[in-house]
Amino acid sequence: MLNVKVLGTGCKKCQTLEASVKEIITANKIEATVEKVDDLSAIVSYGVMTTPALVINEKVVSAGTLPQEDQILTWLKEG
Amino acid sequence: MLALNKKFLSLLLLLFLWFLIYLNLESISNFIVYQVFGLPKGTHLSDAIWFFVFEVPKVLLLLVLIVFFVGIIRSYFSPERTRKILGGKKLFIGNILSSFLGIVTPFCSCSAIPLFLGFIESGVPLGVTFSFLIAAPMINEVALVLLFGLFGWETALLYMSTGLIIAIISGYIIGILKLEKYIEPWVYQVKVGSQEFIPVKISFTDRVNTGYATVKEIVGKIWIYILLGIAVGAGIHGYVPENFMAGLMGKSAWWSVPAAVIIGVPMYSNAAGIIPIVQALLAKGASLGTVLAFMMSVIALSLPEIIILKKVLKIQLIFAFVGIVAFGIITVGYLFNLIY
Repeated sequence: MLNVKVLGTGCKKCQTLEASVKEIITANKIEATVEKVDDLSAIVSYGVMTTPALVINEKVVSAGTLPQEDQILTWLKEG
Repeated sequence: MLALNKKFLSLLLLLFLWFLIYLNLESISNFIVYQVFGLPKGTHLSDAIWFFVFEVPKVLLLLVLIVFFVGIIRSYFSPERTRKILGGKKLFIGNILSSFLGIVTPFCSCSAIPLFLGFIESGVPLGVTFSFLIAAPMINEVALVLLFGLFGWETALLYMSTGLIIAIISGYIIGILKLEKYIEPWVYQVKVGSQEFIPVKISFTDRVNTGYATVKEIVGKIWIYILLGIAVGAGIHGYVPENFMAGLMGKSAWWSVPAAVIIGVPMYSNAAGIIPIVQALLAKGASLGTVLAFMMSVIALSLPEIIILKKVLKIQLIFAFVGIVAFGIITVGYLFNLIY
């Protein structure tokens, strides 16, 4: 069971990332929980300064960008 | 390897096409306006249409090229890396460094707060952090391209160098004033993660793709403002009296610089959105210093940004920040009016 978090305060890219992560998870039947984190101190506690950031099993895999969908899938499979 | 070559070749081909069109833009515009449309030379209307047909592709071409390369350059910088460089740097040297890094580090005002927290927490001095926060929005590739395309490289260079000076000096002053006590106390209680974020290794092809994506994102967002701006420029070409704004915003009106800044500070717009106004004002006799001061104050300081910063800064520090930057912009405005 993967634990996926999307860190972001509500910018457009953050919402896009959350939606696309959920979509990829459903499409590939991956077992995971997706959580959106918008509390600033929680975001900073991951050491990232730019949103959206993607955290898989408490490990930051990307920050400040909207990663490619196949890249997200690879991370999810590795995670 | 083959994929890389293909990418590389198509890039070269695109660049070649770019130069071909850009260098022949004048003849292409002549052909379209006077041959295809069959307009007579020398009338107000055909002048205005020619201006539009020539300027729109010119500015868009410049924008695409610069945004593309800036996209590639920025893929080498990240706020996390910039923070590492700036951590523990001394004042002044730190201010200079962070102002320059402000230009090349990708920045969006929506992440100003996490960035502020991240910088302060990892030991970047307050003044150095502010140099970054001033330079990053004010000096950006879109503003520079538009100034270069519409008013020449001298204006773009002046904008960039004076913007840098404002960011360096304002940050330095905030640093020596020791205003740290006006940061909201909760900022110091936040625990910044020490998790070392290692970005995936990216190849040059990925960077080129980043360049294309940046072009799509930025140009897709602002092309309409550019079209509008140039249409305004073309529309007033010859229709509004040349010195319409001279009395109000010309050199002789000494109060026009502070007035422009006071109007500009609460306003919020990106560089592209403000260009139509800049275009119109300049064409009608407003002086360069006054207009640049207006533009800088709109881009660098804004009410929404101040409200966001209110979360981490006490009101005294916000006033100091706005006051010092506004003073710098006014000085630059007068300086330009004096030179030109």
